[in-house]
Amino acid sequence: MGLDFTVVPDYFGMLLLGMGWTVAITISAGLLSFFGGILFAVIALYGHWALRLPFRAFAFLFMGTPLLLQLFLIYFGLIQIGIDLPAFVAGVIGLGLHFAVYNSELIQASILAVDKGQYEGARTLGLSRGQTLRRIVIPQAVRAVIPPMGNNMIALLKDSALVSVIGVAELTLAAQQAISRTYRPFEFYLAAAFCYYIINLALEAGLRRLERRIAASR
Amino acid sequence: MDIELILRVYPFFLQAALVTVQLSVLTCILGLICGAIGAFMRLSRLVPLRWFGAVYVSLFRGTPALIQVFILYFGGPQVGINLDAFTAGTIALGVNIGAYMTETIRGAILSVDKGQTEAARTLGMSKGETMRKVVLPQAARMMIRPLGVNINALIKGTALLAPISVIELTQTAQRFIGSTYKPFEMFLLAGILYMLFIYAVGLGINWLDRKARIS
Repeated sequence: MGLDFTVVPDYFGMLLLGMGWTVAITISAGLLSFFGGILFAVIALYGHWALRLPFRAFAFLFMGTPLLLQLFLIYFGLIQIGIDLPAFVAGVIGLGLHFAVYNSELIQASILAVDKGQYEGARTLGLSRGQTLRRIVIPQAVRAVIPPMGNNMIALLKDSALVSVIGVAELTLAAQQAISRTYRPFEFYLAAAFCYYIINLALEAGLRRLERRIAASR
Repeated sequence: MDIELILRVYPFFLQAALVTVQLSVLTCILGLICGAIGAFMRLSRLVPLRWFGAVYVSLFRGTPALIQVFILYFGGPQVGINLDAFTAGTIALGVNIGAYMTETIRGAILSVDKGQTEAARTLGMSKGETMRKVVLPQAARMMIRPLGVNINALIKGTALLAPISVIELTQTAQRFIGSTYKPFEMFLLAGILYMLFIYAVGLGINWLDRKARIS
């Protein structure tokens, strides 16, 4: 059986819809990993030990195991305890938590690198500890790690292909559906790769613009 | 937690861990070969080679590794490449991680001070000699740690072969979750084995790095 790319345009709509879902997952999980990363960083640095210790264990486990394994845990584990989430939500939570842990490591280091004088100055001016963190320290810390967090976003986009395994109807699964009708895996996986590449280029361009704007605002 | 169940199934996990180790070693070797070739192409003076290296890195880093595995394993037979899941998976993952290693190796070579090259050339060494005797030994030391990061990612990346039914750790965990409905126990069992392996490799990398620094 040779190659025949003429069948691909027939499934253009299907792939485009899959692309839309991939973008939606990447954005949702990206936002979750961003805010989750900040929250985790604050817990790891300032949390009560009863909160900090379980979090350390969780972070250790999530950084040392494959994402696919974590997706299985979240998807089937939630079903086991009686929470039957749609695959999309389970996928977003899995991807989001996984990258939140990585973002949290970046943000922790960055918070510690914020000049101590900033903290002291804010406290002297009468801001509470929480206010100082929220308004002074965290904005500076997060801004400094936007470029490496951008790399995590790019990794997240590519890893979003894994949620097809738990049945989320994104780009990879759309390609698989087209393949099950046409028996042309090479053509459709290549088409899916092309679509990912396009989204990736767009994301990289967006991140570069963001980085330039941050650099300019300093 | 169902300890009895864990004691009953753990031999299957140990066996699967062995497959994960094999996959990781083979992928790592292939990745290092691809990375070395890729880095030399990217640093070459010949424009087509440089261009080819850049396309390799961009395409393989710009698309999901899972899709690359699928293209080779499911799409391969259409173009006359018939490989079993283990072989196809190893090749796909190796070439994929090779693109990341290309950038690591290239970065290390570029980070060697330019004065070193100039001095060696002034002393009458040829370009090849300068590379072999002056630049590479210094670059090799600097790339140990970042290559360790790549290797860490590669070990976790072998889980991507679960969807094409290579019986490695994640696939085994998935299978037992399906048959026992105990996702947490199975996750913990596989997770501990992954972390032990990654920890051992990390120790090895640290040892190598220290050793390279002293000499």
